[in-house]
Amino acid sequence: MKVFWAELSRDLLLAYRRKGDLLNPLLFFVMVLALFPLGVSPAPDFLSQLAPGVLWVAALLAALLSLDNLFKSDFEDGTLEQLLLSSESTYPIALAKALVHWLTTGLPLALLAPLLAVMLFLPSHAIPTLVVSLLIGTPTLSLIGAIASALTVGLKKGGVLISLLVIPLYIPVLIFGASAVQNATQHLPVQAYLAILGSMLALSIVLAPFAIAASLRVSVSS
Amino acid sequence: MVKKQFMPKWFYQLASPKWCYQISGTLLPYFLITALVLLTAGLVWGFAFAPQDYQQGNSFRIIYIHVPSAILAQSIYLTMAIAGGIGIIWKMKVADMVAYACAPIGASMAFIALLTGAIWGKPTWGSWWVWDARLTSMLILLFLYFGVMALYSAMEKPETAARSVAILALVGLVNIPIIKYSVDWWNTLHQPATFTLTEKPAMPVEMWLPLLVMVIGFYCFFASALMLRLRNEILNREKRAGWVKQLVSGQ
Repeated sequence: MKVFWAELSRDLLLAYRRKGDLLNPLLFFVMVLALFPLGVSPAPDFLSQLAPGVLWVAALLAALLSLDNLFKSDFEDGTLEQLLLSSESTYPIALAKALVHWLTTGLPLALLAPLLAVMLFLPSHAIPTLVVSLLIGTPTLSLIGAIASALTVGLKKGGVLISLLVIPLYIPVLIFGASAVQNATQHLPVQAYLAILGSMLALSIVLAPFAIAASLRVSVSS
Repeated sequence: MVKKQFMPKWFYQLASPKWCYQISGTLLPYFLITALVLLTAGLVWGFAFAPQDYQQGNSFRIIYIHVPSAILAQSIYLTMAIAGGIGIIWKMKVADMVAYACAPIGASMAFIALLTGAIWGKPTWGSWWVWDARLTSMLILLFLYFGVMALYSAMEKPETAARSVAILALVGLVNIPIIKYSVDWWNTLHQPATFTLTEKPAMPVEMWLPLLVMVIGFYCFFASALMLRLRNEILNREKRAGWVKQLVSGQ
């Protein structure tokens, strides 16, 4: 537990010192969403139908974009090697890393989402569901994404490869997240979707850190 | 201290590339011949002699390629993940090579399943592609194979590539059921009855027997393709070993 908090506070401090990196996924999220009215149609009716899916896809891509840097700097300056060599368990370290990724991308995205939802004419009664579904769904994205990030950290050109590895694994989260918002727009119950998103989160909290730690070991040993 | 052996002896023998090369060389002809016989018999039987479907006429006959390749695409992923897991746990070089050899075969099976599905979809559903739950999950399976192959080709050292890919394959294995059920659910939500492929009556024996022959034939074909690729890979990776040098110079 001590390791977890130490790693968490260290990474948060590092993230705070590099404020530019914090902003990039958010800007990406906003810009991608601005493309849809321009590319498809600015008609409010049409956009409000499109909004649940588009908001979720854009959030997913924004989370994907920032994965590349998750372990990169620690890998390059040798911190990662020291972390893995230490006698502490790697599980809390991996969990803390993924959590920091979520705190710096998923959480701000979820908080920013209502503004963009209004711009895309999502019915206002669906906005709470959108925020909640993003809050529950994006940590899963961070945890799964961290596995791919850990696998590719030793490679020179990991960027596109991460997307290839991760997108198929993101599909269930996308389906249930977007369906929850879709149902909310039609005043249908959403608890089941949120519960499934929650169970996927629980499963990935339990399992993903092991895969992350194993992948980091492979990457560091090579 | 006596070393405990959890697995039967042949399992440990498999770890030796040389032994594995020899045993696969002995088994290969049998599997190859069985595959050829079963595939020819199944194709002729299915395409020429099996009765027509009362709704779809002759177009249903593509099932004799479509279904076996779809089954294989899934079982090959399972094989790959299990071989990868064995490679991680027992540090077995041969298991790594099996996982490596599986990926392209599985990807081509998934591709064949999608292609035949599209060809079958045209007369049946009226369009080449339908966002049907099964088609979509097969497409995602193909993406998973592509991810595995991309990761392999991005890594230079075969040992680290094998371990990374094994982790990815195992993560994918956990995800496959989740993906499958979420896609099923998504489809029933979004498209309740775009196409009404009415509940198929249980197939008569004349129809499913050739299908069974084809499925077994495909498995035998997979086994022979796997062994061929595996033998190639063993020779490639063990080219410094004495027995490989002897083998190559002897011929």
